[in-house]
Amino acid sequence: MSTTIKDTQKMIEEVLDAYPEKAKKERARHLAANDPSGQCSTCKVKANTKSRPGVMTVRGCAYAGAKGVVWGPVKDQITVSHGPVGCGQYSWWARRNYYNGITGVDTFGTMHITTDFQEKDIVYGGDKGLDAALHELKELFPLAKGIGILSECPVGLIGDDIEAVSKRVAAEFKIPIVPVRCEGFRGVSQSLGHHIANDTIRDYVLGKGKLEKSTPYDVALIGDYNIGGDAWASRKMLEEMGLRVIAQWTGDASVNELGIATKSKLNLIHCYRSMNYICRHMEEEYGIPWEEFNFFGPTKIYASIRKIASHFDDSIKEKAEKMIEKYKPMMDAVVEQYKAKLEGKKVMLYVGGLRPRHTVGAYEDLGMEIIASGYEFGHNDDYNRTYPVMKEGAVIMDDATLYELEEFTRRLKPDMVGAGIKEKYSYHKMGVPFRQMHSWDYSGPYHGFDGFPVFARDMDMTVNNPSWNLIRRKK
Amino acid sequence: MRQIAVYGKGGIGKSTTTQNTVAGLSQAGYKCMIVGCDPKADATRLILHAKAQTTVMDLARERGTVEDLEVGEVLLTGFNGIRCAESGGPEPGVGCAGRGVITAINFLEENGAYDADTDFVFYDVLGDVVCGGFAMPMREGKAKEIYIVTSGEMMAMYAANNISRGILKYAHSGGVRLGGLICNSRKTDKEYELIAELAKKLGTQLIHFVPRDNQVQRAELRRMTVIEYSPEHPQAEEYRILAKKIADNRDLVIPTPISMDELEELLMDFGIMESEEAA
Repeated sequence: MSTTIKDTQKMIEEVLDAYPEKAKKERARHLAANDPSGQCSTCKVKANTKSRPGVMTVRGCAYAGAKGVVWGPVKDQITVSHGPVGCGQYSWWARRNYYNGITGVDTFGTMHITTDFQEKDIVYGGDKGLDAALHELKELFPLAKGIGILSECPVGLIGDDIEAVSKRVAAEFKIPIVPVRCEGFRGVSQSLGHHIANDTIRDYVLGKGKLEKSTPYDVALIGDYNIGGDAWASRKMLEEMGLRVIAQWTGDASVNELGIATKSKLNLIHCYRSMNYICRHMEEEYGIPWEEFNFFGPTKIYASIRKIASHFDDSIKEKAEKMIEKYKPMMDAVVEQYKAKLEGKKVMLYVGGLRPRHTVGAYEDLGMEIIASGYEFGHNDDYNRTYPVMKEGAVIMDDATLYELEEFTRRLKPDMVGAGIKEKYSYHKMGVPFRQMHSWDYSGPYHGFDGFPVFARDMDMTVNNPSWNLIRRKK
Repeated sequence: MRQIAVYGKGGIGKSTTTQNTVAGLSQAGYKCMIVGCDPKADATRLILHAKAQTTVMDLARERGTVEDLEVGEVLLTGFNGIRCAESGGPEPGVGCAGRGVITAINFLEENGAYDADTDFVFYDVLGDVVCGGFAMPMREGKAKEIYIVTSGEMMAMYAANNISRGILKYAHSGGVRLGGLICNSRKTDKEYELIAELAKKLGTQLIHFVPRDNQVQRAELRRMTVIEYSPEHPQAEEYRILAKKIADNRDLVIPTPISMDELEELLMDFGIMESEEAA
């Protein structure tokens, strides 16, 4: 075992020392020093298990995963948060999934609907209220192409039969009404909500869309939620290399797009964690291959473009190379401009689905180093994809606690931390440059050729912002 | 003020027994109140001479929220000044009746339904303690005294034992105690002896054996308790005796529920159930 791994392990042990014995033993399984070679048996973390009570996890719930991530961005469907008002209110367009359309007429992305449970709905059941809400919605928004019913906790407790309501109303309205059993108490994190949402896409809309004609170059862009316009940046590139994006899941997606992905020749998946389930299903049921790709930073972009092109004929491969050739000078210029200011800067990441590993390349393109990275709700397959892209001895964290994040920051002294809104302000108070890497801190896109210049600019303005000098940095 | 909850298997006669007993207590000069904790809302029919039309939950549903209610709207006065409230709740198969009980009891408490000069509050609770809501009357600060209505039928005894388990749970957190078993006779074999023995095993007493009498039925058809309908009838006297026994009862225990095997053994000892060898 190398000394860098040993040093990190020692540091992790010191951090864990503050915990009581039982908590320490349990948390130790979720923290590791990275070994990219995969030979060190103690360098793997345990993942996707229940959070320890009392440690201040920043995880979300199944509802957050199903509603906030997967179903929420579908633009011409109305998403009903079925239950008390809070879940709907606090998940109101939190992820900035951009879309085209006239809101309130043919698209509903920023509009959130809730059945607003009261005591009487718990006692007498919410079915009738739901039925009434669906009819009101149909009357108010006749152009809606579907309605999703996203269960909040009480619905599961009182046993409301939302499937029966959905079935009846769907037959009446002739549009999909999708009951999603994503009660927050199910599973250990938002991850199960992604899976539940994938299953409902499979059961209620998949294969039911209309596509006039097919081409050999039809692909579906899966697991891109168009945060700050990410999916548009990605789509542009796929189109420029000669492919036809028939479906974009689920950023700026239509219900029809969810239905026609089964006609694609290749499913391209960006966020593996939240949508691998449906890709596997389409592979098994429809024989559609799927390919993971990474559009963060030029190195990964070039590699991904070539990997995607390898599935198609020479015309695509040529166009892909031409595209790389065309944008390379621009990418080089971005690197040249920002690398000077960012070279050698250390970054700590703690994010969700794909970013803890996918953004590593983009930082490295700018000369930055990832010294720690972790997932809120990753599974083993996520970590197995992460170990090889991280440096030896980097800290790998699973479901990190606020204490651990602060303590690692204190000891590792990163020049920048990229995490979520729950961590943001404690880092501000610590005087540590921070970037909200779930919604790009109201910026974006970060994907593709369009995204990288924005990404580089944002990291520079975070790390090198003079205002940090005005805050006394916590020692 | 003594708060008492009456539990027992569905259909065993909890509501009839409770209302007759409360009628007896009120005649003895006690100020009484009945809180029906069953969505069927039929726990006060014999006192009010009609099924309660305004239950807490039904009115809350109509108004929008329970906060919009006045306690006087749901607290009705019936025979001999007995005050009655019903939690109300959903039709079978929808919603959460348990939550209805919780909401209704909280509402009554918060709005001063239990005034200082009330001597007895009786909670008449739905057959099985299926969830936290139906254990609400047993929780801290509410009923400290439980009576279980049973009979010599096996399932009624089985339910009585199960309810004892629930009481045991709350005995340590909320201080609830078992006051005794009330045998509402079904005229099964050796019924008195059997229930007396069950009571002993549960660590409690058979507080009263209420004989079976059709007079109860006749009174019920007229929406009255026996005590009101035919005060001179022997059955009315039985309920008055039960009322007095409850009023005087100081024998409150933490029950000692038995296992299913022990319960079956008991039935075999009394020859109600044949042992497998004999059968």
